[in-house]
This record gives sequence, structure tokens and C-alpha cells, in this order.
Amino acid sequence: MLLIPCPWCGPRDESEFACGGEAHIARPTETDRLSDADWADYLFMRTNPKGVHYERWVHRLGCRRWFNLARSTVNHDILAVYRMGEPPPASLTDLKARGG
Amino acid sequence: MPAKTRYSILSLVRNALSYHENWEEAWRSPEPKPEYDVIIVGGGGHGLATAYYLAKEHGIANVAVLEKGWIGGGNTGRNTTVVRSNYLWDQSAHLYEHALKLWEGLSQELNFNVMFSQRGLLNLAHSPPEMRGLARRVYALNLNGIDSELLDLGQVKAFCPILNFSPKARYPIYGAALQRRGGVARHDAVAWGYARGADARGVDIIQNCEVTGFLISNGRVTGVETSRGTIRAGRIGVVAAGHSSLLAKMAGFRLPIQSHPLQAAVSEPVKPVLDTVVMSGAVHVYVSQSDKGELVLGAGIDGYNSYAQRGSPKIVEDMFGALVELFPIFSRLKVLRTWGGIVDVCPDASPIIGKTPVEGLFFNCGWGTGGFKATPGSGWVFAYTIANDRPHPLNEAFTLERFSGGRLIDEHGAAAVAH
Repeated sequence: MLLIPCPWCGPRDESEFACGGEAHIARPTETDRLSDADWADYLFMRTNPKGVHYERWVHRLGCRRWFNLARSTVNHDILAVYRMGEPPPASLTDLKARGG
Repeated sequence: MPAKTRYSILSLVRNALSYHENWEEAWRSPEPKPEYDVIIVGGGGHGLATAYYLAKEHGIANVAVLEKGWIGGGNTGRNTTVVRSNYLWDQSAHLYEHALKLWEGLSQELNFNVMFSQRGLLNLAHSPPEMRGLARRVYALNLNGIDSELLDLGQVKAFCPILNFSPKARYPIYGAALQRRGGVARHDAVAWGYARGADARGVDIIQNCEVTGFLISNGRVTGVETSRGTIRAGRIGVVAAGHSSLLAKMAGFRLPIQSHPLQAAVSEPVKPVLDTVVMSGAVHVYVSQSDKGELVLGAGIDGYNSYAQRGSPKIVEDMFGALVELFPIFSRLKVLRTWGGIVDVCPDASPIIGKTPVEGLFFNCGWGTGGFKATPGSGWVFAYTIANDRPHPLNEAFTLERFSGGRLIDEHGAAAVAH
């Protein structure tokens, strides 16, 4: 069971949360010029990494607010929690750029 | 290639005389050759079935199956063994029905007892709207010539009397759909049977051989890098559920797939008590009884992405809650073990079987929570696709391009819970 650190409520049991999938997927702006393949990439294609996954969660049975987690999909360790609209912590993305 | 001993009552008696110490190996463990006509990545049921049908139906026997672990050690040995073909849409119904027909002759075909038992499969409805959903699916199946029938409450009582029929239940049973040709099979035996059959036709099964990259030149695949060296082939089929996204990334494209844990459990063995498969979407459990007497039951997926082959206890707890809701008679049973496997989840709960942006590279993935039932059919159509460089009519709708073309095959109703 995950113990998830909600940025507003503190550490709470996973059963209070729902996972909203991959974070940082921006809706394309110039949609009238988007090809079918680009639409498919935005709507359906996912990174699905084995390692650090940046994902959205909602504290469904608590404060009902959304936030981002960086979590390992190999051992489920929660590496960082940060608010909606914020980029993932540089320490993690640097690690990833180096192949970590 | 030495011919394999035919398994029969006579071979059993003959080997009994030497205390069963002289059975030949079911398949060889050869060193990989530098080049093959076709490489199959993934030695689960689907990959082995693909190799088997390539050799048998298409005369392509210079084939290697590369497995990073051991045969049947992945999802083939982790599922809840349910076989059925009660899918809503025509494309899926035909694909899964083709698989079911192959199941019906599989033990004879492979000369290996896969213990396929058509004990019927009961889909419960707990409300009139749910019953209407089942009715729609049953009528669609009947139009496709696939057996399926609706049962009212009295008929459900007669078919499976140990269910909880109390009107005071939290989710009282309202009716059901029944596919009598559905049932269970022994999952390990399916992998072993296909491995043995493929090996007998000349296929090299190479275990402990992990693919680490693809060799691609001018948009064409020419081989794979593996933990046991470079192996070349002009055609490569990837059937690596759970890890499909990673292999696609190695080949330079993206998939609409997310890897999730799917958990299951078995109880302690008890005397025969449940002679069918029961599933309920409303309370979220499916259960059958194995020949050893254990109840085999499964849950829905965990909500987060994972490659850890385990999930959260909450899902297991909900699964047992649902079981006891349906069968109060099981409330004192002990749990023997629980486990998880990593499944490919597609947005439309349908698989992707076909060509990829790389010439000569084929993917068979995205079976989600219910790939086991399709094993023979999946291998059969994938072998056809690789051998002819184009899909068979049975899998031509299941392309990767359906996601950009807007032709999704939404099978959440048939696939989301039930496996």
C-alpha cells in the first residue's frame, strides 16, 4: 500500500487517492492544424517508463485537490511530490537526462 | 530434429517401468544461431503459439523464441486461466471465437493435455440496467453465431446454487449471462505444450536471453541485440506483455499502452464446490475452482503504472470482500497466496496485433487483463501476419493505426473486469 504525501493533508493512505495517469501532457494549442497522428499522440500515446514516472493524483476522499508525484514504477518509491503547474524537480530530471 | 515421443497411455506405461527417469526433454535448450528467418521476442503462451503456427501453418521453422526469463514464468503462469469468447463487437467476437475453437481441439493438436474444461462461464447482473447491458452483448453474440444465453434469477439459482440469493444482499443478484462453452484451462500446460510442439518442428527456444535493442537500417529491422549476443532476422515479432512500451521505445515509436499490476489469489484447497466460472462486474471479482480444489480468483487492475509484479493490498481486500458478498459459504476459507502480474492496458481494452512503423517489425500487445483466453488465436493470427507481411482478416481491425484513425474497438464492457 502506498503512503502518499498529499501537499495539503500530509501522508495519507493510498485508498483515499485516485491516480490520474501521466503528468505534463499539454493539450495542443493549434488544434486546427494538428494531424491525426499528433492527435493520437496527445490522446492515447503514453511514455509508460520503467523507472521514474511523473503522474497526477487526486486526494479523492480528502481535500479533493490534484497534485503531481514522481514515483518509481520499479519499486513504487515516491521520490517527489509537487503541485499542479510546477515542473518536476530538477534533481530528478537531471538524473533522467543522464540515463538514471 | 529427432521426433518426439508421442504422449499416450502406452508411453506412460513404458516410462513407468523405468520409474519415469527416462522421459526425454520436452524441448531443447540450444545456443542461439547468428541468424534466423523470424525471431519472436517473448516466450509466453502467445509467443510460443506464434512460433508453433509459423512452423506448422506457414512452413517457417527457422525461428527463434527469445525469452528473458523462463518459459511460462510471466503472465502465462500468473493469470486466472479463464477462457471465453463473449465479446461485444464483431471484430473482437470473431477473434476470440477463433481462439475458443482452437482451444476445443488443442490437447489433441499439441498431444499435450492442457486440461481445457468447458464448465460454463456465468456473468452476473445485479440490476436491471446491468441486465440490459448483458442482454445487448448476448444478442450481439448470437448474431455472430456464438453461444451465449440469458438466465433469469430462477435459472441462475439452478445453475449455481451456492451463490448468495438473499434479497437483503448489498448487491442482490438479478440475473446472468451464460456462455456454456467457456471455462478454464491449465495455463502452464499451454506454454509447455506449444513449446514442445514448436521445438519438435525445429523452432529454437532460447531462455535467459533478454533483448536489449533492435538493429534497424533504413527503416527496416535486421536483428536484435540480446544479453546473449547479436541475432539477425529480417522479420521480428514482439509479444512481451507488460514490457511492450519499453521494446517499442527501443525501436523508436510510442504505444498507447500503460503497464499496470493485475492481482490474483488462490485459497486453500477444498472438495469440489464450484463447478463453473462466476464473474461479477458490479462487485468486481471472478472465481473458479481448480482441479486441485483451490479457488482461483482475480481482481481488477491497480490504478497506477508499475513494473513491480505486485500491487496494493487494498485491491486484494476488495476482491475477497466481493467474493464473500457473492459466496458467504467461502467466508472461512484461508488464502494460500496472492500475486501480481504486469499487464498492457490499451485505451479501448482491445489488443494491437500487426505491423509497426519499422518494416519487418511486428507487435502483438495490449491484451490488457484478458490475454490468456486468446492464446491460440493470438498466435495463429500473428503467425499469419508475420508470414504474409499483412494481417489476417481476423486481426486487420486491431492495428496501431486505429488510434489515429479513430476506429477504436471499445471492449471495456466485456474486458474491464472479467478475464
